[in-house]
Amino acid sequence: MKTAQAGTLESSDIMITLSPQEPGDGVKIDIDSNVLHQYGEAIQAVIASTLAEAGVKDVWVKAVDRGALDYTIKARLLTALDRARRAA
Amino acid sequence: MMINAIGREIPEVVEGYGPVKSFAGAFATPPGMQRQAPAVKAARPGDSKLLDGLEEVFRRIPVRDGMTLSFHHHFRNGDGVVNQVLATAARLGIKNLKVALSSVFPVHAPLVEHFKTGVVTALDTNYMSGPVAEAVSRGVLAQPVVLRTHGGRARAIECGQLKIDVAFIAAPAADPCGNINGVTGPTACGSLGYAFPDAEYADHVVAVTDHLEAYPLSPVSIPQTRVDYVVKIERIGDPKGIVSGTTRITKDPVQLKIADTAAKVIEAAGLIRDGFSFQTGAGGASLAVAHFVRQMMKKARITGSFALGGITGHLVEMLEEGLFKKIIDVQGFDLEAVRSIASNPNHLEVSAGFYASPFNAGCAVNQLDCVILGATEIDTDFNVNVVTGSDGVIMGGSGGHSDAAAGAGLTIVVANLLRGRLPIIMDKVLTATTPGETIDVLVTEWGVAVNPRRAELREQLLAAGLPVKEIGELKAIAEKMAGKPKEVPLGSRIVAVVEYRDGTVLDVVRQAK
Repeated sequence: MKTAQAGTLESSDIMITLSPQEPGDGVKIDIDSNVLHQYGEAIQAVIASTLAEAGVKDVWVKAVDRGALDYTIKARLLTALDRARRAA
Repeated sequence: MMINAIGREIPEVVEGYGPVKSFAGAFATPPGMQRQAPAVKAARPGDSKLLDGLEEVFRRIPVRDGMTLSFHHHFRNGDGVVNQVLATAARLGIKNLKVALSSVFPVHAPLVEHFKTGVVTALDTNYMSGPVAEAVSRGVLAQPVVLRTHGGRARAIECGQLKIDVAFIAAPAADPCGNINGVTGPTACGSLGYAFPDAEYADHVVAVTDHLEAYPLSPVSIPQTRVDYVVKIERIGDPKGIVSGTTRITKDPVQLKIADTAAKVIEAAGLIRDGFSFQTGAGGASLAVAHFVRQMMKKARITGSFALGGITGHLVEMLEEGLFKKIIDVQGFDLEAVRSIASNPNHLEVSAGFYASPFNAGCAVNQLDCVILGATEIDTDFNVNVVTGSDGVIMGGSGGHSDAAAGAGLTIVVANLLRGRLPIIMDKVLTATTPGETIDVLVTEWGVAVNPRRAELREQLLAAGLPVKEIGELKAIAEKMAGKPKEVPLGSRIVAVVEYRDGTVLDVVRQAK
């Protein structure tokens, strides 16, 4: 797995960057969002559950959100994950 | 604490504002007062009004600590007068000024420094965006800002609640005797309507210009009989920030759909008929509504009576095509509006009071068949917020929003159901700036909600096949897509008082964290 990215900084989109971590480091999620107050926890939750479903254990997720809906977040995350795995 | 007519909790006294008159309903509070009158003046033959620079103006009046200085906002984000006048005040060591500026834009950022140094300690305005709004929201001023409507500001000046010591009028053209217009000179901005009450009621009136013409100037918007001093400075504004080129219709398909639906609402309400009168803004979906209404009017071969408000080239074209007989103009938004008001006798320049004051013998908004307005938030009682963003930071203001909403026969709010991820419909708006009783229809891309007070209108829209839904249904659709937003924590300090057009208090704005 290598560092990979998906998404844009357009309104209603999210840009997700994944960086591989050492085994045992766990999942680290950093979120920057214009709706952090209102939806920060919701964004965190959808990223965490999507990673768990995909069986990813050690990764650093940097998410720059511009008001994306859940399905957009999930799609961008899965695409980034796909790219990270292909790059390996 | 008391609860006003729209259920907002308001303190009985707000420190730095005074006792609160609670909002009782859009037309529930009678004026019960006399107009205020400025001092009577005299001038002799041979007197000269021309002064050499702003410092000279300050000395001659003289401007003292604690005075109220007023300004108009027709120069919008191209204004150079407010900053130069306040820099002069700072240089002369004057403190504790109140600034009564009809709207505050990002260009007025230097105000923040004047707040910090105590040169300016109070602000009275109808709209603010940019660094000043941000600083006010964070609590830079000890005294809460008074947020008024355009009509409410005129009312407050005319009735003596906003007493102006010195009105500085940015004058695109002036003559040495103080006649002013907004249509000639390098910074032509069109109508000067918002400055009329200031000129009429201030104790001292100063014309600040960079374009001096020979006496007598014509046309005259503000007459020499009200102007005490004329000062010529190098530059009063940046034309690029004052008027835009052609204001273009949005290409956003969602906004176009909303605009198309809004136009169909107007048609279904039976308003596309001879004599139709209309107001719409320049932004987003609003201008697009004018585009669709224009097509409908042509197709139906009808002639409207007038278009009102902030005027764009689109409305000017409709006047020139004969779709409207007149334009009533309190502010121009683009070069076409300036050209038209300068040359077309059917394009009328009116004062803020004529436009929208609730306390005179009749204002223009009362003659409106229909107005199209925007919203940052709207609640299930149809109360609208156009003052604070979702983070509680001030990013706008009523301007003419609540005035036109109160006056028009049909008030339509157009808005995307989601703004980014944020649902536009709430249980309770963060800040109420226009009461729900004055809003008739909400148009979104997911359907149309009609205020329950307008049962007959609801039937008309249903009969026309429009997608009528309950406002609660629309709210549920939004929350299904986006999730329910968590409430933003706010401080307890009051940073602004939102006055309704009649001077009663609709709501307060708390400090943002």
